[in-house]
Amino acid sequence: MEPILEVTDLKVHFPIKKGIFAQTKGYVYAVDGVSFTLNKGETLGVVGESGCGKTTTGMAVLQLLDITSGKIVFNGKDISDISKMPFDEVIDFRKKVQIIFQDPFSSLNPRMTIEHIIGDPMRIHKMFGEKEIKERVAYLMEKTGLRPGQAGRYPHEFSGGQRQRIGIARALSMGPEIIIADEPVSALDVSIQAQIINLLVELQEEFDLSYIFIAHDLAVVEHICDRIAVMYLGKIVEMASYEELFLNPRHPYTKALFSAIPIADPRAKKDRTLLEGDVPSPRHPPSGCSFHPRCPECFKTCNIDDPVLRNMGNDHFVACHLYNRH
Amino acid sequence: MKDTIYKKILRRKNLVVGIIITLAVVFMAIFAPLMSPYHPIDDADLMVSDQPPSIEFLFGTDEQGRDILSRVIYGARVSLSIGLLSQAMNTVIGVVLGLLAGFMGKWWDDIIMGLTNIMLSIPSLVFALAIMALLGPGLINVFLALGFTNWAYTCRITRSQVLSSQELNFVKAAQALGYGKIRIMFTQILPNIVGPILVIGTLGVAGAILIEAGLSFLGLGTQPPTPSWGGMLATAREQLFTSPWISIFPGLAIFITVLGLNLLGDGWRDYMDPRISRQ
Repeated sequence: MEPILEVTDLKVHFPIKKGIFAQTKGYVYAVDGVSFTLNKGETLGVVGESGCGKTTTGMAVLQLLDITSGKIVFNGKDISDISKMPFDEVIDFRKKVQIIFQDPFSSLNPRMTIEHIIGDPMRIHKMFGEKEIKERVAYLMEKTGLRPGQAGRYPHEFSGGQRQRIGIARALSMGPEIIIADEPVSALDVSIQAQIINLLVELQEEFDLSYIFIAHDLAVVEHICDRIAVMYLGKIVEMASYEELFLNPRHPYTKALFSAIPIADPRAKKDRTLLEGDVPSPRHPPSGCSFHPRCPECFKTCNIDDPVLRNMGNDHFVACHLYNRH
Repeated sequence: MKDTIYKKILRRKNLVVGIIITLAVVFMAIFAPLMSPYHPIDDADLMVSDQPPSIEFLFGTDEQGRDILSRVIYGARVSLSIGLLSQAMNTVIGVVLGLLAGFMGKWWDDIIMGLTNIMLSIPSLVFALAIMALLGPGLINVFLALGFTNWAYTCRITRSQVLSSQELNFVKAAQALGYGKIRIMFTQILPNIVGPILVIGTLGVAGAILIEAGLSFLGLGTQPPTPSWGGMLATAREQLFTSPWISIFPGLAIFITVLGLNLLGDGWRDYMDPRISRQ
């Protein structure tokens, strides 16, 4: 397996500014030391509660916000600071890494026709001639399950699922290698969710794509992801292949997430691990392991040391003191 | 297709009324020599001064015996040209500064917003008065004074719209697709904030017409004998109780024009927005 994206110790801290002269009064530790690799043709699921930094991680990989520290390597090239890269390389990177958004309503420019939304990126980068672009727009619309005859319409004339398809077609327009899907189905009806996920799987095979699939529940990611990273308060607490994680969840937080998946059987009795309290503010993360105030298995080292992500064998990574004692 | 566009416009009553009033005023201004029964300046006849409205003089005559209808029609030229030109200048200044402040951020934002706040803290009539005092009375100076006074509103609106639309996903998508900053500004953000700018612009034309009238009323704007609505009010106020028609008709002209522009601005905004026009 060939890694296409390597993220090492990524940190994104947002300064909190206050007062007349906008002095920095602390930071929001949105992403605080995240490392992972994405292999070619693979889907990496990123799950966690809202505010755990999954979207920020995605935006940082896309270079849509400034990263505080850390290293992002795409196809062997360091892209950690896009402002210092030569223009051609930036454009090349932009073509190769694309995004699909959660909200299909704000992700399309309401004043552009579908033809322009999908075709303009190719025009701007002069990738094809005008005739080819027209053909490609029709081709992409067909691929994503839209009728090419509707290319002249505006986004508000489409339903949520169709708009999400338009967003996918736009992401595909420049021939990307990585697509970051930021909760692409969370805003859709359940019946449409399955369609979009199936579409993403089909497209992955056809165009040889790698996905970073951000989601807030495990039920959705299990259909599409090869590997899953569980995030909590700006850190990855557990990362393993999909089978490994489902059969053998190790981190108490992952266990709690699994027990929260609803089961479609009213007679099934299940021990639910219910988490108490709320996610702490990423402005003042707890000392030691950031999960310790809510952890049912917390013991004395937990509030002192921050556990590191360790390989437990079988590429199953866990950051928890429970597995560190011996 | 054309049929539906007409229908869409016709469904908006305020837009229709606004268009009719504005077109009527514009028409009046352009074809003033053809429409007015008398010459607004030369046809002064002291024998018929202070006449109430009659068949001969529909709006009556003023203290020098000039036809008020003709003067109101000619006055539209001054009011409209000042209103439109100065607001065009305001819009250009405001939009450019607002885009810079919103899009460049950092010290651009601080300096431009500081300037805007200073402008907003001075009442525009007072500021225009100060410029007029500096430049001296006259039509071109009124235009300059108004052109530099009212851009602060446009600037603020533009900046806030730019800031909020930068958070929109399609703007982020455009960044991810490798659109340049300037292209994002003009293809993604600007078309989506035209609505509020247009509304502020039309309101601004109305405001500029009012300030011009105010300046002329104070004797700093249009100089007699050139007919202007504000100037007519100024001279008419001495006869407010004896010959009220001298002040009523220019006042009505100001009122109707400003109303028409406001209706036009509001209706246009609704029409421009595809999300609203669907209903």
